[in-house]
Amino acid sequence: MNTTTQKKIPRKDFFKYIINISTSAFLILIVYPIVSFLKPPKQREVEVSDVKISNLDDFAIGDSKIVRFGNKPIIVIRKEKEQFIALSAACTHLDCTVQYKKDESIIWCACHNGKYDLTGRNISGPPPRPLDKFVATLKNNELIITKASS
Amino acid sequence: MKKLFNNIYSWIDERVQISDLVKFMSKKYVPIHSHSIWYYFGGVSLFFFIIQVVTGILLTFYYKGSSEQAYESIKFIMSKVEFGWLIRSIHAWSANLFIFTIFIHMFSVFFERTYRKPRELTWVTGVLLFFLSLSFGFSGYLLPWNELAYFATKVGTDIVGVVPIIGEPLKLLLRGSEDVTGATLSRFFAFHVMLLPLIFSLILFIHLLLVQIQGMSEPVEEKVKGNMPFFPNFFLRDLILWLLVLNILAVLAVFFPSELGLKANPLAPAPAGIKPEWYFMFMFQSLKFLPSKILFIDGELLGILLFGSAGVLWLLVPFWDRKTARGQKNRLINYIGIFAIIFIIVMTILGWVL
Repeated sequence: MNTTTQKKIPRKDFFKYIINISTSAFLILIVYPIVSFLKPPKQREVEVSDVKISNLDDFAIGDSKIVRFGNKPIIVIRKEKEQFIALSAACTHLDCTVQYKKDESIIWCACHNGKYDLTGRNISGPPPRPLDKFVATLKNNELIITKASS
Repeated sequence: MKKLFNNIYSWIDERVQISDLVKFMSKKYVPIHSHSIWYYFGGVSLFFFIIQVVTGILLTFYYKGSSEQAYESIKFIMSKVEFGWLIRSIHAWSANLFIFTIFIHMFSVFFERTYRKPRELTWVTGVLLFFLSLSFGFSGYLLPWNELAYFATKVGTDIVGVVPIIGEPLKLLLRGSEDVTGATLSRFFAFHVMLLPLIFSLILFIHLLLVQIQGMSEPVEEKVKGNMPFFPNFFLRDLILWLLVLNILAVLAVFFPSELGLKANPLAPAPAGIKPEWYFMFMFQSLKFLPSKILFIDGELLGILLFGSAGVLWLLVPFWDRKTARGQKNRLINYIGIFAIIFIIVMTILGWVL
C-alpha cells in the first residue's frame, strides 16, 4: 500500500503564491534597469605621475598657485627663490580648496577657518589631519611636482 | 504588516479625514454598456503620462541642454549609461503612444457627446491637454539636436511666422534668435521640462478632479445594462490594461529602439525625405497641397488660419452644439467627426506615400 502522504496546498494559497512571485519578478524587472541607469557610468580617471610648472618667471617669491594634479588641486608656494612647497589643496576637513596667507605665513581654509602651517600640519580649527605632501623639484628652470613616496 | 498599515491609516485619517474620500471613491460607479470600452482610454493616456514623467526625469540626469553637448550627451546615454538606450527608447515610444491614445480618447468622447452639460469644462481642459501634448512632442523632438530635429524645428517655427501681425514676434519668442540655434535648444528644453509640465499638470489635475466630481458620463443612445463599482472592479481592470500596455511598450522599445541619426549641422543642406512626426503629418501634407496663392491670400496663410479656426471650433464644441445640449440628436457631430478622422488618416497616408 502506498503510505506516502502528499501535502496538499489549497488552491487559493497556490494562486496567491503564484501571483506574489510574478508581481515581485515584474517589479524587479522595472526597478533593476532604473537603478542601473542611475548609477553613473565609470569614466576613466587619468593616472598622473607628475605635473610641471614651466613659466617660473611669472611666479613671484611669496606667491602661491593652485595647479591640477589629475582631478585634485595642489597648492604650490614659492617660499624663497629656489624653495618651493607643494601640498594637497583639499582641506582635510570637508574638501574645500585652501589658500596661502602670506602675512600670517599659514595655509588657511575659508570654509570653516581651518589653519595649517607651511609643512601642512593642521594647527587650528576643524581639520582632523595634515594636508598630503607632494615633492617639488627644480630642474632646468622648471618645477616638477610628484607624489611623495610614503 | 496589516496592523501597521491600519495604524498609519488611522493616524492620517484622524488628522486629514481621508475616509470621506475613500467613501466617496467607493460610491463611484462606471456604467456598463456596449461602448464601455472607451472609458479605458483616458486611463491609458494617464498611464503613458506617468511613464513620460518617470523616464523624462531619468533622462534629465544625464542630458545636457546646449547645442555643443546635447547630441553627445544622448550618445553617452545610449552607449555608456546602463539601460540608457532603453529609457530613451521608452520615452520616445511612450510619447507617440500617448498622443495616439489621446486621439482615441478625444474622438470617443466626441462621438459619445460626453462634452454636453455639465461636462463642458472637462472637454475644454481635455482639448487643452491635447494641444499641450502636441507641444510636448514638438519641443521634445528638437532636444537630441540631430539633423531631422533641426530641420523639423526650422520648418515648424517658420510656419508660425506666416501668421499676420503676431507671427513674427511669436517665432522669435519660440526660437530665441533669428534662426534655429543653440538659443532655440535652450528654450525648447525649458519648455519641455519646466513650462509645459507645470501647465500640463495643473490642467490635468482640474481635468481629473472634474471627472471625479461628476462621475462617468452615461451615453445618450446606448442602453445602460448596469453599474460597476470604480473601486476595485474598474480599477483592477484598468491595472490589467496598464500591464498589457507596459508590455507592448517594452516590446516596441526593445525591438524598435529610437535612433539618434547625425548631429545637426546648420550649414548642411536639408536631407531628402525629411518628415515631421506622424501626428503633425496631416497638417504638413495639407499645407503642401495648397497652391501658393488662393485669390489674394497666401496659400500657406490660409491653411494655417483654417487649421487655427478648426482648433478653436474643436475646443468650443460644447458651446455651439446646441442640439445635443437640448437633448436632441445632432447628426452633424457624427459627420464632422467622421470627416475629421478620414481627413487625418488620408492626409497622413499621403504624407508617407508621396
